Amino acid sequence: MTTDTEINPESARPEAHGSLSVTVEFTGGLEMLFSNERKHSVTLPARLSDGGRPSISFLLEYLVKNVMKDERKELFMLEDNVRPGILVLINDADWELEGEEKYELQPADNIVFVSTLHGG
Amino acid sequence: MAPSPCFHCQTNRAVIIRPKNREKLCRTCFINVFETEVHETITSTSLFYPGERVAIGASGGKDSTVLASVLKTLNERYNYGLDLCLLSIDEGIKGYRDDSLETVKRNAEQYEMPLEIVGYDELYGWTMDQVVAQVGKKGNCTYCGVFRRQALDRGAARLGIKHVVTGHNADDVAETVMMNLLRGDLPRLSRGTSIVTDSAASDIKRSKPLKYAYEKEIVLYAHHKQLDYFSTECIYSPEAFRGSARTLIKDLEKIRPSSILDIVKSGEDMAELVPAEIKGKACARAADDESTGGCGSQNGRTRGGEMAEMEKKLADDEAAESREVEIKLPAQSVPLPRKKQNKGIKGSTQKTIKTQTMGTCERCGYISSQKICKACTLLEGLNKNRPKTAIEVGVGLEDEESSSTLMRQMERVQLGG
Repeated sequence: MTTDTEINPESARPEAHGSLSVTVEFTGGLEMLFSNERKHSVTLPARLSDGGRPSISFLLEYLVKNVMKDERKELFMLEDNVRPGILVLINDADWELEGEEKYELQPADNIVFVSTLHGG
Repeated sequence: MAPSPCFHCQTNRAVIIRPKNREKLCRTCFINVFETEVHETITSTSLFYPGERVAIGASGGKDSTVLASVLKTLNERYNYGLDLCLLSIDEGIKGYRDDSLETVKRNAEQYEMPLEIVGYDELYGWTMDQVVAQVGKKGNCTYCGVFRRQALDRGAARLGIKHVVTGHNADDVAETVMMNLLRGDLPRLSRGTSIVTDSAASDIKRSKPLKYAYEKEIVLYAHHKQLDYFSTECIYSPEAFRGSARTLIKDLEKIRPSSILDIVKSGEDMAELVPAEIKGKACARAADDESTGGCGSQNGRTRGGEMAEMEKKLADDEAAESREVEIKLPAQSVPLPRKKQNKGIKGSTQKTIKTQTMGTCERCGYISSQKICKACTLLEGLNKNRPKTAIEVGVGLEDEESSSTLMRQMERVQLGG
């Protein structure tokens, strides 16, 4: 996975401060699992203990541990990944175009989780 | 990862990757392709005629909202000449349907379509809240399903409309195909895959213009067009979306996204092979199958239960088969009787095709193969304050799996939960 640092040089800067803020949104019924709040602001460490950047995988773990109050974790995550049927958009693009759970988060990224599993 | 350009326009940044063919498209091209494909489905099946009045079964959820939006767009773009309106059902569930009906009311304004709401209370004298207060949460989905089936037809009849479109998508159809395949239910398999499910016994036809549209693309279409839809779970079956048939479909999609349309295609091809006499003898109307899955919430639970039941039956069959070797061997040289013999042995799983004559309910005049339709039978029980087991006997043989099986599933779900 290559990062586009040459296109987006600012992305490296906030690391100096040691944290990285992203916006996370839950829609399509998923907000029910996250205190009925659609938008959440999440601040992650810019570098992990292994020296790597936080990825979507890291974010998922973080969300389940720190943001999700609902006990039914399996409605959001299955086998360490997003439950099939939940779409992930990274800055409005399907995460499949961005490397899925291996995508490395950039400052001010907007990550949207949309459930397709809920009815009307 | 470097951004990919759109496969179509080669200019804009691709934001979606299509499940059916892995094409990467930008927002504008995706919306365009999605609409064009629905248009192709509509024209290739001659779904509508100019001047036709069409009611869109609207729940406020993603599927029906996208259907309303796309039909409005196509009607204007291609001059279908359709007279569109929204038809909603109010089951009378506070904190669930009242919220989603607000969404439908906004949609009616946004799409400039008249809206008709048909309430269980006015049709049957009972809201679902009242039904649940009487029968409890166990088994209440049966009432809701039976009532809904009639309510859409009655709402359409009230408007003098003979065509109701619903938001069933490719994932729904694939799920139905899988279920009917596992049940060995050929009549339902053949009916469930067709885009139009009308019945000789009813003058109101139902169709699903989104039958080839992936649920994923429907959700993305709603997202990128910023459509106003409501997602919720029925408060009376809150864990419904864990249905195992649904899970299976979604798992398959994850591994091989084209699976969903492939299952739909296989279902259609298999339907072609179903002999006409079996199709013809199909009991009740195909809409029955849909009405059980009509509400997103019931979807998962009901079908999940059915799936578990089917898995158990299949396992039982297998076990039975191994014990039946000697019975079956002599018949092997004569293919036809063997088939029959098998049927006899597995009597409990093989459904015998019944010839049913459609008539009308003596009480309400709705189409029914029985003297008294199922809604009236359920109502009789409610009104007499009788437990649901009495009703189950009263329903008899009509629609075997949607009545007695559903009852059993509900028991199972209750025990499991």
